[in-house]
Amino acid sequence: MKNAVSPVSRLFAALLLAGGLVAPALADVTLLNASYDVARDFYKDYNPMFTKHWQAKAGEKVEVKQSHGGSSKQVRAVADGLEADVVTMNQATDVDYLADKGLVAKDYAKKFPNNASPYTSTMVFIVRKGNPKALKDWSDLAKSGVEVIVPHPKNTGNGRYTYLAAWGYALKQPGGNDKSALEFVGKILKNAPLFAAGGRDATTTFMQRRLGDVLVTFESEAELIAKEFGRGEFEVVYPSVSILAEFPVAVVDKVVDKKGSRKQAQAYLDYLWSKEGQENAAQNYLRPRDAEVLKKYAAQFPNIKTFSVDEVFGGWSKAAKAHFVDGGSFDQLYVQK
Amino acid sequence: MSAKKNNVLPGFGLALGYTLVYLSVLVLIPLGGLVLKSTALTFAQFWDIATTERALAAYRVTFGASALAAVINAFFGLIVAWVLVRYDFPGKRLIDSFVDLPFALPTAVAGITLATLYSTNGWIGKYLEPLGLKVAYTPLGIVVALTFIGLPFVVRTLQPVIEDIEPEVEEAAATLGASRWQTFRRIIFPAIFPALLTGFALSFSRAVGEYGSVIFIAGNMPLISEITPLLIISKLEQYDYVGATALAVVMLGISFVLLLAINGLQWWAANRHNNRNTGGEQ
Repeated sequence: MKNAVSPVSRLFAALLLAGGLVAPALADVTLLNASYDVARDFYKDYNPMFTKHWQAKAGEKVEVKQSHGGSSKQVRAVADGLEADVVTMNQATDVDYLADKGLVAKDYAKKFPNNASPYTSTMVFIVRKGNPKALKDWSDLAKSGVEVIVPHPKNTGNGRYTYLAAWGYALKQPGGNDKSALEFVGKILKNAPLFAAGGRDATTTFMQRRLGDVLVTFESEAELIAKEFGRGEFEVVYPSVSILAEFPVAVVDKVVDKKGSRKQAQAYLDYLWSKEGQENAAQNYLRPRDAEVLKKYAAQFPNIKTFSVDEVFGGWSKAAKAHFVDGGSFDQLYVQK
Repeated sequence: MSAKKNNVLPGFGLALGYTLVYLSVLVLIPLGGLVLKSTALTFAQFWDIATTERALAAYRVTFGASALAAVINAFFGLIVAWVLVRYDFPGKRLIDSFVDLPFALPTAVAGITLATLYSTNGWIGKYLEPLGLKVAYTPLGIVVALTFIGLPFVVRTLQPVIEDIEPEVEEAAATLGASRWQTFRRIIFPAIFPALLTGFALSFSRAVGEYGSVIFIAGNMPLISEITPLLIISKLEQYDYVGATALAVVMLGISFVLLLAINGLQWWAANRHNNRNTGGEQ
């Protein structure tokens, strides 16, 4: 029995051999990066850079595959068995979930510099050319007669950042507290004629269907709007204070240990903090962490005061519990009459 | 009803076995898993999640808009099917193939297109706005999207049935002195009614589960234009699997009861029709 070679295993061996003949033409190691939707452009540029870097450094050919989708959808897929070596997300909540499931180290935020977020962004206003309603700050968005376009505050990362940014602004006003913030955010949401299905849908609604006076979105999105619709159509307004959007990355321990790809996965994420990686972030209109690179691109990143979710809300899981779970502040705005 | 009797083709046992396995793997096991997952909740918890104000409003929007869309489809689908079967005109084949487009189009594309057309600056929306009619980002927009995706069901279920009604039957009715309305009401309608109900039920159930096209045109305002599938996604966004299953189980329950009722009505209508046609023979 031991030495007998069944036809099935012979076929299997043949397949392996065939696979082996093809494989060297491809790559020594393949990494899968599960990422959020709009990171496509960033990683399309970054992956070839890393492949080249790793070839030169370790003499190994790495192929990086990308999987993009809604951030939490991606994370659910990884939790359900999508074999991603690394996750690059737009919200700590999503990586926290993987940490809770034991796929990612509990202290993933400390495994890399800057809270494991290689670049940041912030929420800004996009207004019509000439800013006809003279919208300067969050308080202008709460005025009656202003139409505000935002993605769904509960279901989208973009919308959640907007919600928390407005909340944080209200807290920072003289005498600001949770009650005044709830009222303030309620006024802004009352000015929303709809909640868009996602960040891109909000952009289409504002730019193409020409609905609303102001679109609240990521700073990086403004540049994509310029590429798509031209610069003559809109203006970017920086409010007095906004939220710091962080984009945490992590190695998926469970997958890299199984595949034996930890070294490459770690290097892939480390390289995000290199000069090249940081430049790439800046070129995609994401604020680099590297002070020198930031200085080089200062023209496209005006100074803006920001607060992080950790500072004002004590972290994403607390913020989610207070605002976005069932019966949280968002629900209260609609259900209490 | 012995299956072995009067059967030309053998293999009842095999076919039934296949049917059961197939249905189990594809339908019963996933749905059973869904129900099982929801049992992680106590009944009181389940009830709380299933009956929040937002959830109740979402059921109303989902089932109300779906029913309305199915009614619209039943009416206009009947006209479309009738025209396509009974009349010959240039471009008939082309129009016939248009009917299937809502099947083939990715629903998100449909939703974005409809939202663009019906928004207040869109090709259609800008003419509706002066009339005080807002479609995109209102519950009306949901009905438009659901009507769009449900259209083929009614047309495609009615077409073969209408083809089976010989025009001679209408002529016979006319020679016997029936008015046009009587011919429709007593001859044609009873024959197509069961198929119309099937088309209605298919269109309705397709609409109840629809997510992709609706979210782009609905506006998604809590209590006004939020559909239940959106609330389910909302819970998944918070990684609240159990809460999401609770809502799904409610949807499943309501849908099952409604479909059962429609099927019952259909059996009743079909029997009545058949009995009448063979009336007195037995």
